[in-house]
Amino acid sequence: MSDTEVRITTPPDVCGMGHRMKRKEDPRFIQGAGKFVDDIKLPGMLYLDIVRSPHAHAKILNIDASEALALPGVLAVITGKDLQAAGNLHWMPTLMSDTQMVLPIEKVVYYAQEVCAIVATTRYIAADAIELVKVDYEPLPPVMDPFEALKDKVIVRDDKEKKTNHVWHWEAGNKDATDEVFARSSKTIQQKMYIPRIHVSSIETCGMVASWDKINEHMTIYMTSQAPHAHRTVISLVSGIPENKIRVISPDIGGGFGGKVPVYPGYVCTIVASLVTGKPVKWIEDRSENLQADSFARDYHIDAQMSADENGNITGLRVKTLADDGAADAAANPSKFPAGLYSIGTGSYNMEAAHFEVDAAYTTKPPGGVAYRCSFRVTEAVHMIERMTDIMAHDLGEDPAAFRLKNFIRKEQFPYHSPTGWEYDSGDYHRALLLAMEMIGYEDLRKEQAEKRARGELMGIGISSFTEVVGAGPSKDFDILGIKMFDSCEIRVHPTGSALVRIGVQTQGQGHETTFAQIVAEELGLPASSIKVEHGDTDTAPYGLGTYASRSTPTAGAAAAMAARKIREKAKKIAAYLLEANEEDLEWDVNKFVVKGSPNRSKTIQEIAFAAYTNHPQGMEAGMEAVNYYDPPNLTFPFGSYICVVDIDKGTGEIKVRRFVAVDDCGNIINPLIVEGQIHGGLTMGLAPALFEEIVYDENGQNLSGTFMDYLLPTSMETPKWEVGKTVTPSPHHPIGAKGVGESPTVGAPPAIANAVVDALWHLGVRHLEIPITPQKVWKILRENGIDE
Amino acid sequence: MIPGKFEYFAPTSVSEAIGLLGQYGSEAKILAGGQSLIPAMRFRLAQPEILVDINRIQGLEYVRETDDYLEIGALTRESAIEKSTIVQQRYPMLADTARVIADPLVRNMATIGGNLAHADPANDHPATILAYNARIVAEGPGGERIIPVDDFFIGIFETSLERDEILKEILIPSPPGGSGGAYLKIERKVGDYAVVGVAVQLTMEDGLFKSIRIGLTNVSSTPMRARAAEALLVGQTPEEALFDKAGRVAAAECEPWADLRGSEEYKRDLVRVVTKRAIRKAIERANGVL
Ligand SMILES: Cc1cc2nc3c(=O)[nH]c(=O)nc-3n(C[C@H](O)[C@H](O)[C@H](O)COP(=O)(O)OP(=O)(O)OC[C@H]3O[C@@H](n4cnc5c(N)ncnc54)[C@H](O)[C@@H]3O)c2cc1C
Repeated sequence: MSDTEVRITTPPDVCGMGHRMKRKEDPRFIQGAGKFVDDIKLPGMLYLDIVRSPHAHAKILNIDASEALALPGVLAVITGKDLQAAGNLHWMPTLMSDTQMVLPIEKVVYYAQEVCAIVATTRYIAADAIELVKVDYEPLPPVMDPFEALKDKVIVRDDKEKKTNHVWHWEAGNKDATDEVFARSSKTIQQKMYIPRIHVSSIETCGMVASWDKINEHMTIYMTSQAPHAHRTVISLVSGIPENKIRVISPDIGGGFGGKVPVYPGYVCTIVASLVTGKPVKWIEDRSENLQADSFARDYHIDAQMSADENGNITGLRVKTLADDGAADAAANPSKFPAGLYSIGTGSYNMEAAHFEVDAAYTTKPPGGVAYRCSFRVTEAVHMIERMTDIMAHDLGEDPAAFRLKNFIRKEQFPYHSPTGWEYDSGDYHRALLLAMEMIGYEDLRKEQAEKRARGELMGIGISSFTEVVGAGPSKDFDILGIKMFDSCEIRVHPTGSALVRIGVQTQGQGHETTFAQIVAEELGLPASSIKVEHGDTDTAPYGLGTYASRSTPTAGAAAAMAARKIREKAKKIAAYLLEANEEDLEWDVNKFVVKGSPNRSKTIQEIAFAAYTNHPQGMEAGMEAVNYYDPPNLTFPFGSYICVVDIDKGTGEIKVRRFVAVDDCGNIINPLIVEGQIHGGLTMGLAPALFEEIVYDENGQNLSGTFMDYLLPTSMETPKWEVGKTVTPSPHHPIGAKGVGESPTVGAPPAIANAVVDALWHLGVRHLEIPITPQKVWKILRENGIDE
Repeated sequence: MIPGKFEYFAPTSVSEAIGLLGQYGSEAKILAGGQSLIPAMRFRLAQPEILVDINRIQGLEYVRETDDYLEIGALTRESAIEKSTIVQQRYPMLADTARVIADPLVRNMATIGGNLAHADPANDHPATILAYNARIVAEGPGGERIIPVDDFFIGIFETSLERDEILKEILIPSPPGGSGGAYLKIERKVGDYAVVGVAVQLTMEDGLFKSIRIGLTNVSSTPMRARAAEALLVGQTPEEALFDKAGRVAAAECEPWADLRGSEEYKRDLVRVVTKRAIRKAIERANGVL
């Protein structure tokens, strides 16, 4: 990928924005020296294990833990009744202001639900003990289909006053205007689609070490957390422990992808276990617990309609959706957005009107809806609009690329006001798609496809031209549990010119320790290698809402630039004093202030930093520190165009992704190497749900995909060679023009692949295929059409 | 995923191991590569009280060819089979098989003896070993005996090995001139157990099928041969229509079940398609194309 468009203003020794700096965190990860929650070992530490429900829906008649308690080494059994006695801790609030059981008293509402917890002196004794707990259940009918759920025959949450499985209704856009547009449009299409439940499958599962210090009444918590500060606040609210007596430390995190934003029952049990025993307690989920009980995403049933005029211009979009929340609405969307940012679904296309309606239902599945590498339901929205656009193009007999180029929002329309109320900050959609077409050789591929089709061979080309909406968000609209979604950065420049940067966001593999150093290097001219970035310890880092939804660069990244600029302002004053010049006569040059017109009269940032502690002007505060809490004026809107080529085996239905070109535009680039890494990983995570991954339940609500034997993570062997390209369209409102990139590829890739498979089969009358598109689904179509090898 | 309690022995000779198996009877399990047994123990699907780890027994890891057989020691790792030049050149179906078992990490540990002794119909070696008409050498308290492979797999996860017997060696008859074989596996992703797998080993003579054996993976509760398809082919001239028929017959005689790997119908149809492909490839190899 060429870096021609990447803006570089600092020399390599400073290594500010745009440099391909190797990740500072890699030496410790590559050498096995990372420190994860499970690496924490405290003196006298106990181990917690959890008894889980074998039923999706059942009354609890009795829990008999006497045999388990009799096992030597077992110290405590914690049940829902114990939690109730400890101050109604058997229920907890979710980040969506719903409630969720910590441990049940009356009934269980999902398979693998936490039923009671055992605390023992070793991990092995804890595992032996859970086998000895006898729980009597009276099975109740499972509710696995959200449409059935809405009939309210069996109520999942009978703890609530309103006896219904309907959770909420939400709308965006303009219904009347949309109806009017549809009524006068010559062409309308409709398609139902299901975005199945999938799992984030981070390599590290969830876990915690909670350590209650009885003497100082202080709780230290090591936790797999993407949002340590938010979690500290929630823990304080739930437990009643004052926030200054709680320290949440999120050490190295082995992937989060949204799965480590919610609060899970296991965390609460671990905290209670430490409070009860007065000892440190460790709980680490095993792989199957993780795959069966938490970190679920998607599960959207979509019914979409699109309209177009006689010239093939898209005019409107009407979308009805049913969200399967599982047994609680425990996602982590901003409060005002129960369906997240789903209304971004008009995508990259100019249209007159749109209307979105989403309802949510409770079912007897584990709580779902985490924003899996996606800015709150953008993945679902993009899949819908990119599938609809493709169907419309095919239906109108137009080439899907030409159809997109015709319907894109044009460059001069930015800032663009979308029919659902978003203000897109900047974009150049034509340029990205044209570049992708050139990279892949689009015209030749279409010729090849026509020739192959004539010979009876099946090949498809799919496009996805997505628009993301990230960086939540402006405080007027965005909060979680009332806490506004700003983020923060604190910078301390030391006397000898190195610096400490602390941020409110939390890396889980994104490379923050590198990129935030580069941002500060860009602004202050200190070498990035001399800047240490810290995060994840609530006792030291400034308050922030954490990392998810591609928000770190748009929020905390901006805070880092703004805090650095405050320091630069102060540095200017000190420089003026040292140079005996007027501030107005100084100009900034990479890493020093220079007296205009006298290039040899200058002070470097290092000299100024030393002076800030040794020779600062009288009357000025000593030191060189700054904090910024950044409240973004708008969201950022990264975009891109992906093109995928697939070949289909007529004998077996197997799909081979032959090529995949991804052109991304994430605004100004902090580190191209890291951006490419994010894109490679994200594309693979987009390939996964398109062709492989799905959480499958049987009719009794048992999870059939509870191990990696049946939950199919693609490997390098299934992954095509990603061909990445880029355009750079800076965000006009972000201090460094950056937009965020971590999620674009996960969001953009699935429809490109689905569109390619449908494209290969369109001539057989195939309009849509549900993801994951398995060989069996394709095989069925082939045989129904009399196609065989 | 924490296993239950067990006691662990690491004998250094076959006789010592057999002694332990005799002493502890049904409570004891042999531990070879551990790639089937340990996952089962971690899920507590298997809870043996005694583990007899045979990895310290010398002299059970080898691949060598004699006049009559390819001899493979039971403790030979899949990775060694995969890399063996004799296997690649003279027993390509075996190389095909080792290469598609799990992933490199598993193959570095997993043994061919364990793969057969486990008698998992989803394992890949049973089909190929059936197609090769191999012999299994077992040793018990009374000494060695040879079990024809057709008598080896007797039920799901069940073999004709006695509780106190160790699988020591696999003998694959040297293929006569004009022989070829191929193993083709359909998997949902690399490292997966087969949706279906088909092993074909055949010998051509005067342009006709002199003999052919077809083994199938993961489409019956006991590893099976497609005997009706074999019978259809023997003595016939190879031609597409016949392969197609053989595929159909194999599809009819297997006994797949619906699961996340696919419906019964889908699996049968894949057996049909893949049987054809495997026959074609085996013939190519019989004709000298590797
Ligand atoms: C992720 C994963 C994917 C896999 N995918 C595949 C696949 O695609 N195809 C495939 O074929 N296999 C697959 N396997 C299974 C793997 O090949 C196993 O290793 C093999 O089935 C058993 O061999 P082992 O040496 O590991 O035996 P172990 O697990 O040690 O033992 C298995 C059983 O055989 C018995 N046993 C072992 N050796 C002897 C002996 N010499 N005599 C008597 N009894 C003995 C043991 O007591 C035990 O009951 C996979 C395994 C994993 C973990």
